[in-house]
Amino acid sequence: MNNNQGVLWEVFVQTKPGLPHKHCGSVHAADKEMAIQNARDVYTRRSEGTSIWVVPAEAIISSSPEDIGSFFEPANDKIYRHPTFYHVPEGVKYL
Amino acid sequence: METIKLQKIFDAKIDRGDMIEPKDWMPDDYRKTLIRQISQHAHSEIVGMLPEGNWITRAPSLRRKMVLLAKVQDEGGHGLYLYSAAETMGISRDEMIEQLHSGKAKYSSIFNYPTLTWADMGAIGWLVDGAAIMNQVMLQKTSYGPYSRAMVRICKEESFHQRQGYEIMSVLAAGTPDQKAMAQDALNRFWWPSLMMFGPPDASSPNTAQSMRWKIKRETNDELRQKFVDRTVPQAEFIGLTVPDKDLKWNEAKQSYDWGTPDWEEFNNVIKGNGPCNKERLSARIKAHENGAWVREAAAAYAAKQQQKVAA
Repeated sequence: MNNNQGVLWEVFVQTKPGLPHKHCGSVHAADKEMAIQNARDVYTRRSEGTSIWVVPAEAIISSSPEDIGSFFEPANDKIYRHPTFYHVPEGVKYL
Repeated sequence: METIKLQKIFDAKIDRGDMIEPKDWMPDDYRKTLIRQISQHAHSEIVGMLPEGNWITRAPSLRRKMVLLAKVQDEGGHGLYLYSAAETMGISRDEMIEQLHSGKAKYSSIFNYPTLTWADMGAIGWLVDGAAIMNQVMLQKTSYGPYSRAMVRICKEESFHQRQGYEIMSVLAAGTPDQKAMAQDALNRFWWPSLMMFGPPDASSPNTAQSMRWKIKRETNDELRQKFVDRTVPQAEFIGLTVPDKDLKWNEAKQSYDWGTPDWEEFNNVIKGNGPCNKERLSARIKAHENGAWVREAAAAYAAKQQQKVAA
Protein backbone atom coordinates (compact mmCIF):
# COMPACT_ATOMS: atom_id res chain seq x y z
CA MET A 1 0.00 0.00 0.00
CA ASN A 2 1.39 3.40 -0.90
CA ASN A 3 -0.32 6.29 0.76
CA ASN A 4 2.10 8.93 -0.47
CA GLN A 5 3.17 9.75 3.05
CA GLY A 6 6.46 11.11 1.79
CA VAL A 7 9.90 10.25 3.02
CA LEU A 8 11.28 10.29 6.54
CA TRP A 9 13.23 13.36 7.71
CA GLU A 10 15.16 13.57 10.96
CA VAL A 11 14.65 16.79 12.88
CA PHE A 12 17.30 18.73 14.81
CA VAL A 13 16.35 21.75 16.89
CA GLN A 14 18.50 24.48 18.39
CA THR A 15 16.80 25.66 21.56
CA LYS A 16 18.77 28.89 22.04
CA PRO A 17 21.21 30.86 19.89
CA GLY A 18 24.70 29.54 20.55
CA LEU A 19 23.67 26.01 21.49
CA PRO A 20 24.14 22.99 19.22
CA HIS A 21 21.25 21.54 17.21
CA LYS A 22 19.93 18.47 18.95
CA HIS A 23 18.02 15.55 17.48
CA CYS A 24 14.42 15.53 18.64
CA GLY A 25 12.51 13.14 16.36
CA SER A 26 11.35 12.77 12.80
CA VAL A 27 8.59 13.81 10.41
CA HIS A 28 7.20 12.65 7.09
CA ALA A 29 7.14 15.12 4.19
CA ALA A 30 7.15 15.15 0.41
CA ASP A 31 9.86 17.83 0.09
CA LYS A 32 12.20 19.98 2.12
CA GLU A 33 9.89 22.98 2.55
CA MET A 34 7.12 20.73 3.80
CA ALA A 35 9.60 18.92 6.05
CA ILE A 36 10.73 22.08 7.78
CA GLN A 37 7.16 23.35 8.23
CA ASN A 38 6.02 20.01 9.63
CA ALA A 39 9.02 19.98 11.96
CA ARG A 40 8.07 23.45 13.21
CA ASP A 41 4.46 22.41 13.85
CA VAL A 42 5.35 19.10 15.49
CA TYR A 43 8.43 19.98 17.54
CA THR A 44 8.30 23.70 18.39
CA ARG A 45 4.72 24.38 19.50
CA ARG A 46 6.02 26.00 22.71
CA SER A 47 8.79 28.15 21.27
CA GLU A 48 11.37 25.41 21.90
CA GLY A 49 13.43 26.44 18.93
CA THR A 50 15.46 29.26 17.39
CA SER A 51 16.54 27.13 14.43
CA ILE A 52 15.60 23.80 12.83
CA TRP A 53 17.52 21.42 10.59
CA VAL A 54 15.79 18.64 8.68
CA VAL A 55 17.83 15.88 7.07
CA PRO A 56 16.53 13.02 4.90
CA ALA A 57 16.83 10.02 7.21
CA GLU A 58 18.50 7.95 4.49
CA ALA A 59 21.32 10.51 4.22
CA ILE A 60 22.46 9.82 7.79
CA ILE A 61 25.31 7.37 8.22
CA SER A 62 25.70 5.97 11.70
CA SER A 63 28.17 3.72 13.48
CA SER A 64 26.93 0.19 14.01
CA PRO A 65 26.30 -1.02 17.57
CA GLU A 66 28.01 -4.41 16.97
CA ASP A 67 31.30 -2.73 16.23
CA ILE A 68 31.37 -0.07 18.91
CA GLY A 69 34.06 -1.91 20.84
CA SER A 70 36.69 -1.82 18.14
CA PHE A 71 35.33 1.37 16.59
CA PHE A 72 35.87 3.51 19.68
CA GLU A 73 38.82 1.50 20.98
CA PRO A 74 41.59 3.83 19.71
CA ALA A 75 40.55 6.46 22.28
CA ASN A 76 40.47 4.12 25.26
CA ASP A 77 44.20 4.01 26.07
CA LYS A 78 44.90 7.69 25.57
CA ILE A 79 44.20 9.04 28.98
CA TYR A 80 46.93 11.63 28.41
CA ARG A 81 44.31 13.51 26.37
CA HIS A 82 42.65 14.46 29.64
CA PRO A 83 43.99 17.21 31.94
CA THR A 84 43.73 14.94 34.99
CA PHE A 85 46.62 12.85 33.57
CA TYR A 86 49.17 15.51 34.49
CA HIS A 87 50.83 16.18 37.83
CA VAL A 88 51.09 19.80 38.72
CA PRO A 89 52.89 21.09 41.84
CA GLU A 90 50.48 22.05 44.57
CA GLY A 91 49.80 25.73 44.94
CA VAL A 92 50.30 26.67 41.29
CA LYS A 93 47.45 28.87 40.10
CA TYR A 94 45.48 29.26 36.87
CA LEU A 95 46.51 25.90 35.46
CA MET B 1 27.54 -12.83 16.20
CA GLU B 2 25.38 -15.78 17.20
CA THR B 3 22.01 -15.20 18.81
CA ILE B 4 22.89 -16.60 22.23
CA LYS B 5 25.73 -14.13 22.62
CA LEU B 6 23.58 -11.23 21.38
CA GLN B 7 20.82 -12.25 23.77
CA LYS B 8 23.34 -12.15 26.63
CA ILE B 9 24.48 -8.65 25.71
CA PHE B 10 20.84 -7.53 25.52
CA ASP B 11 19.95 -9.10 28.89
CA ALA B 12 22.97 -7.48 30.53
CA LYS B 13 21.94 -4.07 29.21
CA ILE B 14 18.41 -4.48 30.53
CA ASP B 15 19.74 -5.62 33.93
CA ARG B 16 22.09 -2.64 34.15
CA GLY B 17 19.23 -0.31 33.25
CA ASP B 18 20.83 0.76 29.95
CA MET B 19 18.57 1.95 27.16
CA ILE B 20 18.07 -0.13 24.04
CA GLU B 21 18.52 1.92 20.85
CA PRO B 22 17.05 1.25 17.37
CA LYS B 23 20.12 -0.38 15.81
CA ASP B 24 20.88 -2.59 18.83
CA TRP B 25 20.10 -6.27 18.56
CA MET B 26 16.87 -7.13 20.39
CA PRO B 27 14.76 -10.29 20.75
CA ASP B 28 11.89 -10.54 18.26
CA ASP B 29 9.29 -10.58 21.02
CA TYR B 30 10.69 -7.41 22.58
CA ARG B 31 10.39 -5.71 19.19
CA LYS B 32 6.88 -7.08 18.62
CA THR B 33 5.68 -6.06 22.08
CA LEU B 34 7.00 -2.55 21.65
CA ILE B 35 5.65 -2.10 18.14
CA ARG B 36 2.24 -3.13 19.42
CA GLN B 37 2.42 -0.92 22.49
CA ILE B 38 3.88 2.21 20.86
CA SER B 39 1.62 2.07 17.80
CA GLN B 40 -1.47 1.58 19.95
CA HIS B 41 -0.33 4.47 22.10
CA ALA B 42 0.03 6.58 18.93
CA HIS B 43 -3.41 5.54 17.68
CA SER B 44 -4.88 6.50 21.06
CA GLU B 45 -3.50 10.01 20.74
CA ILE B 46 -4.92 10.36 17.23
CA VAL B 47 -8.35 8.84 17.94
CA GLY B 48 -8.36 10.79 21.22
CA MET B 49 -8.64 14.00 19.20
CA LEU B 50 -12.16 13.04 18.12
CA PRO B 51 -14.20 13.17 21.37
CA GLU B 52 -12.74 16.59 22.17
CA GLY B 53 -12.93 17.85 18.61
CA ASN B 54 -16.66 17.42 19.08
CA TRP B 55 -16.71 20.43 21.44
CA ILE B 56 -14.29 22.90 19.83
CA THR B 57 -17.04 24.77 18.00
CA ARG B 58 -19.25 24.80 21.10
CA ALA B 59 -16.75 25.80 23.79
CA PRO B 60 -18.44 28.24 26.18
CA SER B 61 -15.86 31.03 25.81
CA LEU B 62 -13.02 32.10 23.56
CA ARG B 63 -10.54 31.20 26.31
CA ARG B 64 -11.89 27.67 26.58
CA LYS B 65 -11.94 27.31 22.81
CA MET B 66 -8.34 28.46 22.47
CA VAL B 67 -7.23 26.01 25.17
CA LEU B 68 -9.18 23.10 23.70
CA LEU B 69 -7.72 23.76 20.24
CA ALA B 70 -4.21 23.78 21.68
CA LYS B 71 -4.86 20.56 23.57
CA VAL B 72 -6.24 18.72 20.54
CA GLN B 73 -3.31 20.01 18.48
CA ASP B 74 -0.91 18.64 21.12
CA GLU B 75 -2.56 15.25 20.85
CA GLY B 76 -2.00 15.24 17.11
CA GLY B 77 1.64 16.07 17.80
CA HIS B 78 1.93 13.34 20.42
CA GLY B 79 0.56 10.81 17.95
CA LEU B 80 3.30 11.85 15.54
CA TYR B 81 6.11 11.57 18.14
CA LEU B 82 4.91 8.07 18.89
CA TYR B 83 4.52 7.01 15.27
CA SER B 84 8.09 8.09 14.65
CA ALA B 85 9.28 6.17 17.73
CA ALA B 86 7.49 3.04 16.45
CA GLU B 87 8.99 3.50 12.98
CA THR B 88 12.49 3.16 14.44
CA MET B 89 11.54 -0.47 15.12
CA GLY B 90 11.05 -1.15 11.44
CA ILE B 91 7.31 -0.79 10.91
CA SER B 92 6.14 1.80 8.37
CA ARG B 93 3.63 4.56 9.01
CA ASP B 94 1.41 3.07 6.29
CA GLU B 95 1.35 -0.33 7.98
CA MET B 96 0.38 1.20 11.30
CA ILE B 97 -2.43 3.24 9.80
CA GLU B 98 -3.62 0.19 7.89
CA GLN B 99 -3.69 -1.81 11.15
CA LEU B 100 -5.72 0.91 12.86
CA HIS B 101 -8.23 1.14 10.03
CA SER B 102 -8.65 -2.62 9.69
CA GLY B 103 -9.24 -2.97 13.44
CA LYS B 104 -6.14 -5.12 13.91
CA ALA B 105 -4.49 -2.51 16.15
CA LYS B 106 -6.40 -1.23 19.15
CA TYR B 107 -6.48 2.19 20.77
CA SER B 108 -7.44 3.16 24.31
CA SER B 109 -11.01 2.01 24.95
CA ILE B 110 -11.83 5.28 26.76
CA PHE B 111 -12.24 7.06 23.43
CA ASN B 112 -15.17 4.85 22.53
CA TYR B 113 -17.33 6.71 25.03
CA PRO B 114 -19.33 9.73 23.84
CA THR B 115 -18.78 13.33 25.01
CA LEU B 116 -22.33 14.42 25.79
CA THR B 117 -21.87 17.70 27.64
CA TRP B 118 -19.29 20.46 28.07
CA ALA B 119 -18.44 19.01 31.48
CA ASP B 120 -17.07 15.97 29.66
CA MET B 121 -14.20 18.18 28.43
CA GLY B 122 -13.41 18.78 32.10
CA ALA B 123 -13.70 15.10 33.01
CA ILE B 124 -11.50 14.04 30.10
CA GLY B 125 -8.73 16.51 30.89
CA TRP B 126 -8.80 15.78 34.60
CA LEU B 127 -9.37 12.01 34.61
CA VAL B 128 -8.43 10.67 31.18
CA ASP B 129 -5.33 12.81 30.77
CA GLY B 130 -4.62 12.31 34.47
CA ALA B 131 -4.62 8.53 34.03
CA ALA B 132 -2.61 8.79 30.81
CA ILE B 133 -0.01 11.00 32.51
CA MET B 134 0.37 8.53 35.37
CA ASN B 135 1.11 5.80 32.84
CA GLN B 136 3.39 8.05 30.79
CA VAL B 137 5.44 9.27 33.73
CA MET B 138 6.22 5.62 34.40
CA LEU B 139 7.06 5.09 30.71
CA GLN B 140 9.66 7.88 30.74
CA LYS B 141 11.91 5.23 32.24
CA THR B 142 10.99 2.52 29.75
CA SER B 143 13.94 0.56 28.34
CA TYR B 144 13.54 1.58 24.68
CA GLY B 145 15.31 4.90 24.01
CA PRO B 146 13.07 6.50 21.36
CA TYR B 147 9.91 5.59 23.31
CA SER B 148 11.38 7.00 26.50
CA ARG B 149 12.39 10.25 24.81
CA ALA B 150 8.92 10.66 23.26
CA MET B 151 7.42 10.15 26.73
CA VAL B 152 9.61 12.85 28.28
CA ARG B 153 8.39 15.36 25.69
CA ILE B 154 4.78 14.28 26.03
CA CYS B 155 4.77 14.48 29.82
CA LYS B 156 6.21 17.98 29.71
CA GLU B 157 3.46 19.10 27.34
CA GLU B 158 0.58 17.29 28.95
CA SER B 159 0.78 18.80 32.38
CA PHE B 160 -1.48 21.62 31.21
CA HIS B 161 -4.04 19.16 29.85
CA GLN B 162 -4.92 17.81 33.25
CA ARG B 163 -4.95 21.21 34.93
CA GLN B 164 -7.27 22.77 32.35
CA GLY B 165 -9.67 19.84 32.81
CA TYR B 166 -9.69 20.22 36.56
CA GLU B 167 -10.23 23.94 36.14
CA ILE B 168 -13.32 23.30 34.00
CA MET B 169 -14.65 20.87 36.62
CA SER B 170 -13.98 23.16 39.56
CA VAL B 171 -15.66 26.14 37.87
CA LEU B 172 -18.75 24.05 37.05
CA ALA B 173 -18.81 22.50 40.52
CA ALA B 174 -18.85 25.99 42.05
CA GLY B 175 -21.52 27.22 39.62
CA THR B 176 -25.32 26.91 39.52
CA PRO B 177 -26.97 23.67 40.73
CA ASP B 178 -27.43 22.66 37.09
CA GLN B 179 -23.75 23.23 36.33
CA LYS B 180 -22.69 21.27 39.37
CA ALA B 181 -25.03 18.43 38.38
CA MET B 182 -23.48 18.45 34.91
CA ALA B 183 -19.99 18.12 36.41
CA GLN B 184 -21.12 15.31 38.70
CA ASP B 185 -22.75 13.50 35.78
CA ALA B 186 -19.51 13.71 33.76
CA LEU B 187 -17.54 12.32 36.71
CA ASN B 188 -20.09 9.53 37.07
CA ARG B 189 -19.70 8.51 33.45
CA PHE B 190 -15.91 8.87 33.15
CA TRP B 191 -14.71 7.54 36.51
CA TRP B 192 -14.85 3.82 35.81
CA PRO B 193 -13.73 3.96 32.18
CA SER B 194 -10.73 6.04 33.37
CA LEU B 195 -9.76 3.32 35.85
CA MET B 196 -10.00 0.79 33.03
CA MET B 197 -7.43 2.78 31.05
CA PHE B 198 -4.68 1.12 33.10
CA GLY B 199 -5.58 -2.18 31.47
CA PRO B 200 -6.81 -5.50 32.87
CA PRO B 201 -5.99 -6.54 36.46
CA ASP B 202 -2.43 -7.90 36.85
CA ALA B 203 -3.76 -11.41 37.45
CA SER B 204 -5.33 -11.49 33.98
CA SER B 205 -2.86 -9.32 32.08
CA PRO B 206 -0.92 -11.66 29.81
CA ASN B 207 1.82 -9.19 28.92
CA THR B 208 2.60 -7.54 32.25
CA ALA B 209 5.16 -9.97 33.70
CA GLN B 210 7.30 -10.06 30.56
CA SER B 211 7.03 -6.29 30.06
CA MET B 212 8.22 -5.76 33.64
CA ARG B 213 11.17 -8.11 33.07
CA TRP B 214 12.15 -6.18 29.95
CA LYS B 215 11.65 -2.92 31.87
CA ILE B 216 9.23 -1.74 29.19
CA LYS B 217 6.84 -1.16 32.08
CA ARG B 218 8.17 -0.17 35.48
CA GLU B 219 4.91 -0.47 37.46
CA THR B 220 2.00 -2.86 36.99
CA ASN B 221 -1.54 -1.95 35.91
CA ASP B 222 -2.91 -2.43 39.42
CA GLU B 223 -0.16 -0.39 41.07
CA LEU B 224 -0.78 2.55 38.75
CA ARG B 225 -4.55 2.24 39.15
CA GLN B 226 -4.27 2.40 42.93
CA LYS B 227 -1.98 5.42 42.74
CA PHE B 228 -4.50 7.15 40.48
CA VAL B 229 -7.36 6.50 42.91
CA ASP B 230 -5.30 7.76 45.85
CA ARG B 231 -4.41 10.99 44.09
CA THR B 232 -7.74 11.70 42.42
CA VAL B 233 -10.29 11.07 45.17
CA PRO B 234 -9.10 14.03 47.30
CA GLN B 235 -9.21 16.24 44.18
CA ALA B 236 -12.89 15.33 43.69
CA GLU B 237 -13.65 15.99 47.36
CA PHE B 238 -11.89 19.33 47.18
CA ILE B 239 -14.38 20.66 44.64
CA GLY B 240 -17.39 18.97 46.26
CA LEU B 241 -17.93 16.17 43.77
CA THR B 242 -18.57 12.54 44.69
CA VAL B 243 -16.68 9.62 43.22
CA PRO B 244 -19.31 7.10 42.04
CA ASP B 245 -18.07 4.11 44.03
CA LYS B 246 -20.06 2.96 47.06
CA ASP B 247 -17.15 0.78 48.24
CA LEU B 248 -14.69 3.66 48.31
CA LYS B 249 -13.19 4.02 51.80
CA TRP B 250 -9.94 5.38 53.23
CA ASN B 251 -7.82 2.60 54.72
CA GLU B 252 -5.79 4.11 57.54
CA ALA B 253 -3.56 1.05 57.94
CA LYS B 254 -2.33 0.96 54.34
CA GLN B 255 -2.59 4.77 53.91
CA SER B 256 -4.53 4.30 50.72
CA TYR B 257 -8.10 3.85 49.50
CA ASP B 258 -10.05 0.62 49.31
CA TRP B 259 -12.45 0.73 46.43
CA GLY B 260 -14.81 -1.32 44.24
CA THR B 261 -14.27 -3.47 41.17
CA PRO B 262 -14.51 -2.11 37.63
CA ASP B 263 -16.95 -3.83 35.30
CA TRP B 264 -14.39 -5.87 33.37
CA GLU B 265 -17.07 -7.38 31.21
CA GLU B 266 -17.87 -3.91 29.92
CA PHE B 267 -14.14 -3.30 29.39
CA ASN B 268 -13.72 -6.45 27.30
CA ASN B 269 -16.83 -5.66 25.37
CA VAL B 270 -15.64 -2.16 24.44
CA ILE B 271 -12.24 -3.56 23.43
CA LYS B 272 -13.96 -6.08 21.19
CA GLY B 273 -15.55 -3.18 19.32
CA ASN B 274 -18.95 -3.00 20.98
CA GLY B 275 -18.57 0.27 22.87
CA PRO B 276 -20.96 3.17 22.29
CA CYS B 277 -18.73 4.91 19.72
CA ASN B 278 -16.30 2.32 18.28
CA LYS B 279 -17.80 2.39 14.80
CA GLU B 280 -18.17 6.16 14.74
CA ARG B 281 -14.54 6.76 15.81
CA LEU B 282 -13.06 4.38 13.30
CA SER B 283 -15.18 5.60 10.42
CA ALA B 284 -14.28 9.22 11.26
CA ARG B 285 -10.56 8.28 11.13
CA ILE B 286 -10.90 6.40 7.85
CA LYS B 287 -12.90 9.23 6.30
CA ALA B 288 -10.32 11.82 7.39
CA HIS B 289 -7.53 9.69 5.94
CA GLU B 290 -9.32 9.14 2.64
CA ASN B 291 -10.36 12.77 2.34
CA GLY B 292 -6.72 13.75 2.79
CA ALA B 293 -5.53 11.49 -0.04
CA TRP B 294 -5.58 14.27 -2.65
CA VAL B 295 -3.36 16.44 -0.43
CA ARG B 296 -0.77 13.68 -0.13
CA GLU B 297 -0.96 13.03 -3.87
CA ALA B 298 -0.59 16.71 -4.70
CA ALA B 299 2.40 17.06 -2.36
CA ALA B 300 4.09 14.02 -3.89
CA ALA B 301 3.41 15.25 -7.44
CA TYR B 302 4.79 18.69 -6.59
CA ALA B 303 7.92 17.22 -5.01
CA ALA B 304 8.50 15.01 -8.09
CA LYS B 305 8.12 18.03 -10.38
CA GLN B 306 10.58 20.10 -8.36
CA GLN B 307 13.09 17.27 -8.54
CA GLN B 308 12.72 17.05 -12.31
CA LYS B 309 13.40 20.78 -12.57
CA VAL B 310 16.58 20.39 -10.56
CA ALA B 311 17.68 17.49 -12.73
CA ALA B 312 16.96 19.37 -15.98
